Amino acid sequence: MILGLEYAFMRHALAAGTAISVVAASVGYFVTLRRQAFAAHALSHVGFTGAAGAILLGLSPYLGLFAATLLVALGLAWSGRRLSERDVGVGMLLMFSLGLGVLFLNLYTTNATAAMNILFGSIVAVTAGQAWLSVGVAAVVLLGLGLIVRPLLFMSLNEEAAAGRGVPVGLLHTVFLILLALTAAIAVPIIGALLIFALLVGPPAAAQALNKGAYSGLVIAVAMGVLETWGGIACSYYIGYPASTWIATLSFVVYASTKIIERLSRGRSVVG
Amino acid sequence: MNNEGFAVEADDLSCTLNGHQVFGHLQLQMPEGALVGVFGPNGAGKTTLFRALLGLVPARFAQLRLLGTELRTARRQIGYVSQRESAETEGRLSAATYVAAAWRGERWGWSGSRAARRQAVHDALAQVGAVQLAGLSLGKMSGGQRQRVRIAQVLVNPPRMLLLDEPLNNLDPQSQQSLLQLAHRFCREQGMTVLINAHDINPLLPYMDNVLYLANGGGRFGSVDDLLHTPMLSELYGAPVRVVEHDGMVSIRVDTGFVAEQHHHCGEHAHV
Repeated sequence: MILGLEYAFMRHALAAGTAISVVAASVGYFVTLRRQAFAAHALSHVGFTGAAGAILLGLSPYLGLFAATLLVALGLAWSGRRLSERDVGVGMLLMFSLGLGVLFLNLYTTNATAAMNILFGSIVAVTAGQAWLSVGVAAVVLLGLGLIVRPLLFMSLNEEAAAGRGVPVGLLHTVFLILLALTAAIAVPIIGALLIFALLVGPPAAAQALNKGAYSGLVIAVAMGVLETWGGIACSYYIGYPASTWIATLSFVVYASTKIIERLSRGRSVVG
Repeated sequence: MNNEGFAVEADDLSCTLNGHQVFGHLQLQMPEGALVGVFGPNGAGKTTLFRALLGLVPARFAQLRLLGTELRTARRQIGYVSQRESAETEGRLSAATYVAAAWRGERWGWSGSRAARRQAVHDALAQVGAVQLAGLSLGKMSGGQRQRVRIAQVLVNPPRMLLLDEPLNNLDPQSQQSLLQLAHRFCREQGMTVLINAHDINPLLPYMDNVLYLANGGGRFGSVDDLLHTPMLSELYGAPVRVVEHDGMVSIRVDTGFVAEQHHHCGEHAHV
């Protein structure tokens, strides 16, 4: 059977991987528009700390993931709308949370694989419960994003004009950070805290290099993310090596290719 | 109704930010359809006044009516082009996408037809003579082109009043002239009220109907003829000023030389 779909673990991997790549590309499209890539990076890393803490306490890593990412998202929102775009503040938060994460790992030395799985993901180790949780949370995030997508796009392109027309920019900023936190929380165990950019930033950035529209770019980003994930899982199944490595590689190759295409077409239009 | 015909009617309008009174006790009666130049040194509250009219900063007043109605109802009919450009104006999205994002951009969820949106975007770009820029990325435009697209973005939801915050900054004299001609046309042909913040009075002299100048925490509103009384101008610039007429062109010269920006006076000078 194609892609080993007769195995439950492959079905779970594909279900969770597809859900996460769709939601990560959608949310990530606005992350790149809003220049919040660093905040996204920090959220996934505090997710690692949360998961490590939960494992140390003998709880489900997901509990720690959701708690840590949501807490930090609310903290970023509360501390002022500009902070999440400020490199230094976010960087300090990132540093502190990674310090805590190291402590948790240090205290919990019996299982190094658990830590590796959070850092680099383990898509083929996804359980049925994890797969359902991922699909459910992804659906909720997509629904939320669909509800706010218009004012969010407007304020991402021109916040002051949006505020002038009555868009509640402060509230939407917080809601978007919460959606980003939920996305990071379900993506970290699958793709890994260190590799989350492969799905969150790679596809949207590649789509923006190819397409100047907003909604069309969003659709292309989602398509790229899903294909990269399926391609990564397929390569891992047929060739070997971790799926995370393949997904990261495909994401990078697609991004680099679009950059080259963009550069070439720009050169041609200057000459022509 | 005695307030009919006024775009801005304010009685005792004051604004305090961080414990510092930016301006106080403004009396404004701006006729509808007028082009109003707003002048004053840095920190006199030109931008803050615009933001107060939009309800983006708290203001105190005995009465404030915009376009004959309350602020909350009126602000959907006001187009605000802020001084600060958002990050995406450096980005890859096309002008058409940028303008389309504002079309009924404050609404939730999905609504409205694509054809109607396309038509609105085309009309808005046509009004500023930028239809040929529709497919171009904002990051690749000149300052003058970008300023036109930013104005098109507020025209996409047809406004009755425009607030242009320092629109002439960083524009060459030719682009300044064509932008002012555009604003002038909106007033004459569509009866729009246009408020323009600027540092230099001279480019606006041929176009404006009224002048508001803000200084020393207060303000004065009047016709251009009132302004050309030299004592009022000298008070504005804090230096002796001459009005020079040459070949039918009026221009203003500060005796210290070029029309230079004055420092903000903190003392309680006598002013009306």
